[in-house]
Amino acid sequence: MSKIGTDLVKRGMAEMQKGGVIMDVVNAEQAKIAEEAGAVAVMALERVPSDIRAAGGVARMADPTITEEVLNAVSIPVMAKARIGHIVEARVLEAMGVDYIDESEVLTPADDIYHINKRDFTVPFVCGCRDLGEATRRIGEGASMLRTKGEPGTGNVVEAVNHIRKVQSQIRHLQSLAEDEVMVFAKENGAPFEILMQIREEGRLPVVNFAAGGVATPSDAALMMQLGADGVFVGSGIFKSDNPAKFARAIVEATTHYDDYKLIGELSKDLGTAMAGIEMSTLTPADRMADRSE
Amino acid sequence: MIKIGVLGLQGAFREHVRSVEASGAEGIIVKRVEQLDDLDGLIIPGGESTTMRRLIDKYNFLEPLRQFGKQGKPVFGTCAGMILLASEIAGTDIVHLGLMDIKVERNAFGRQRESFETDLDIKGIAEGYNAVFIRAPYIHEVGPEVTVLATHQDKVVLAQQGHLLACAFHPELTDDHRLTAHFVGMVEESKKTLAS
Repeated sequence: MSKIGTDLVKRGMAEMQKGGVIMDVVNAEQAKIAEEAGAVAVMALERVPSDIRAAGGVARMADPTITEEVLNAVSIPVMAKARIGHIVEARVLEAMGVDYIDESEVLTPADDIYHINKRDFTVPFVCGCRDLGEATRRIGEGASMLRTKGEPGTGNVVEAVNHIRKVQSQIRHLQSLAEDEVMVFAKENGAPFEILMQIREEGRLPVVNFAAGGVATPSDAALMMQLGADGVFVGSGIFKSDNPAKFARAIVEATTHYDDYKLIGELSKDLGTAMAGIEMSTLTPADRMADRSE
Repeated sequence: MIKIGVLGLQGAFREHVRSVEASGAEGIIVKRVEQLDDLDGLIIPGGESTTMRRLIDKYNFLEPLRQFGKQGKPVFGTCAGMILLASEIAGTDIVHLGLMDIKVERNAFGRQRESFETDLDIKGIAEGYNAVFIRAPYIHEVGPEVTVLATHQDKVVLAQQGHLLACAFHPELTDDHRLTAHFVGMVEESKKTLAS
């Protein structure tokens, strides 16, 4: 008996992405550049996060024409974003054959209370998190992969660093707790108890966790790997740089060889200007995508 | 102790190391060409074959990997690793290592939503083996020296050619180590033969 859409199949797909870079693309041409550079998957979007920031207004699922164009252009997996809580956008993406859905705070949330019940879907989901409570709630809802949120479209890695550090340090803290102390940790963090017990036992999240939101240079990507990420999402960084193909290749290599500093130094030469970044203190609370929904 | 390397450029290589160690051999993550010299056998893991190939080229792994297989040391390719081992890939002229006389088709069972797990009977190795297929390839055609070890829906999903083993699924994702143990056995045999 064959079974589709099981946890093993959905989570396993993310396991195959480990050590890799997932790149935001807005058309077939960019998707091909990403594939050629060695991306493990592409995220099909209408606009990269920095342009979403600049445009303002409501950001929604991409026009299916763009997603379809990208699906047809490459043989690596294609991901696409649905608004948080937007069950129909997610179903549309599933019907189109997208390989992974990102229920993403980069788009304007459709539901400011509830996330999608991802267990209902055959296609796997990736969701954002800033700490272990958020991570385990998403797993509880059926997310098969996580990414720390960072602050999308800023080119500033500080929030990405904060979030991966927070998750990792909370896992270590959880492991130090006696069994009878875990329930209070669950209560204080709004985290499902059984999932915490599993993480405490294994010393790691039960799903793959990438880093996202502000990775702009090869060193940034390597930094995220050193802090314990399984891989990285690079959004605006690549196609907002002067030489996307070269930049993309450099980020892929730095992610593979994240502890080879001489190599990362070589890779970082003559890359042209990285995207202009945004300093966090200049963002108003309303500008902060990571704070959308918890 | 038998030393088995797992090509660690991208993909699920840590899981393979765990499986190798559960099967009583030493597992080593291989990121540099010079590491190949110390190994008795090699696993090329699942991941994205296009990404792995790019990194293989970048770090000049292609020829050393071919030589590794040609000197008779066992190589086990899983999913993307099977694509890298194949002598022919349907729909393209690209050949990666070309070590094994099989023609494979990429993403042959469909996209992720068609990915599945199923119980396989593996000839002489395992019955009721839980195999996980993720955007999996299958083997289209096999050469005369290749033994088919398992099929699913009449498609070849596991095959062996002497010291080369290739499967379309992911043995590293479950706790069933019977297939990895079979490969460790192949490596033990070859070590004896190559030493004599």
